Amino acid sequence: MDRKVVVPGDLLSEDAKRSGEGTFVKDGRVYSLLYGLANYRDKINVIPLAGKYIPAPGDNVIGVVKDITFSNWIVDINSPYDGLLHISEFPKRIESDEMSKYLRIGSSIMTRVKDVDPTKKVELTLNDRKLGLIKTGQVVEISHTRVPRLIGKGGSMISMLKKEVNCNIFVGQNGRIWVNGGAEDMDLALRTITLIEKEAHTNGLTDRIVDFLEKEKGARS
Amino acid sequence: MIAMDETDISFFKDGFRLDGRRADQLRPVKIEVGVLARADGSCYIEMGGNKVIAAVYGPREVHPRHLQEVTRAIVRYRYNMASFSVEERKRPGPDRRSYELSKVSREALEPVILTTYFPRSVIDVFVEVLQADAGTRTAGINAAAVALADAGIPMKSMISSCAAGKVADTIVLDPMKEEDNFGQADLPIAMTPSGEITLMQMDGGLTREEFHQAVEMAMKGARDIYEIQRNALVDKYSQLEAPVEEVKACE
Repeated sequence: MDRKVVVPGDLLSEDAKRSGEGTFVKDGRVYSLLYGLANYRDKINVIPLAGKYIPAPGDNVIGVVKDITFSNWIVDINSPYDGLLHISEFPKRIESDEMSKYLRIGSSIMTRVKDVDPTKKVELTLNDRKLGLIKTGQVVEISHTRVPRLIGKGGSMISMLKKEVNCNIFVGQNGRIWVNGGAEDMDLALRTITLIEKEAHTNGLTDRIVDFLEKEKGARS
Repeated sequence: MIAMDETDISFFKDGFRLDGRRADQLRPVKIEVGVLARADGSCYIEMGGNKVIAAVYGPREVHPRHLQEVTRAIVRYRYNMASFSVEERKRPGPDRRSYELSKVSREALEPVILTTYFPRSVIDVFVEVLQADAGTRTAGINAAAVALADAGIPMKSMISSCAAGKVADTIVLDPMKEEDNFGQADLPIAMTPSGEITLMQMDGGLTREEFHQAVEMAMKGARDIYEIQRNALVDKYSQLEAPVEEVKACE
């Protein structure tokens, strides 16, 4: 596959129509905007190797409540922009003065980005069955640029991982991952996630992870 | 620039400069990427005797709040010289010179940064000069550009910077301390690899022809530095050449 490390300003193509994510067009030519890996398909995308998480509508994220105002929880979502969770986005109708009964400062929540306006005001929601307060399990943080790799093509990696380590896993697009299961399973899951993050750029990762899990489980029994 | 009687110093010996370079030769450049764990992006550069470290933080929330811009990110650039960076102890803290260099360096980098991607945020660039040997602003800009790329900040292109000077009536590339102190002119520039100049300063005097010659020479130097910057970045992830499956986020 055609792929290489590029730096900002590198010429990628003479065909303006092939401009994808992380690129821009000047005088009918496509250039890279980022330092990252260029991916030559129909469209050329540049996948960054670093950078901050910028929220987009529909993203599942894990946040930590950092303040409570009259009708909003202010949530840190590991981004330059804080999330606002309005009281009406809580699954249950609650009054303003009892907000802290449900979500306190320091509470971790699985939430979804409902909307982002042009000034990057981020609205969050909890209105889904799989969203809500985190009561058990652990949360790990990886770089958000590695999240697509953790999920894998069409969710292949994450569904394999869930099955193999026998854990419940919720992947936040902001790089925070919630893992819940038995103590040993959870430990293995966390170590596997760290490994995926470290080797996110290498070839045939899924196979290697399967091998790694087999070996670890063999050692245990 | 101090006009010293040039009988004291001869800048050339058998056509070579005091450190053995030709007139159009750069000092050795070494660039390391990602040297700081805490920073979002960082770079260490050595250009001859200059040793400079650059750190980039951001985009992040703006403090104090009133500096915030609703439609774009602001860029803050702090050029600072360590007190031990020069022979005679430099009094620590910002001074007239470092304010000016911070401003011109910021303006050299800002045109290529896509600030509109990150409204209401700030991109902080810190440049610390650990050892100075003439041309610290150009070293700082080179390091900052690499650190910005390392931080994953979208830019239209890289920025490379280099100076040319005039000593003993000859145009030279990348003057070192002696040539800068006792030379006749100093002309630092910063530019994109395609040749768009984002910084140009001059002190001393040049004729029109000399000026053109100096700009040409500095631009060539900057292009050479761009290749070194580029290689430093590519090398950091050269083992990364292996494919990453392109995936769309999904549950």
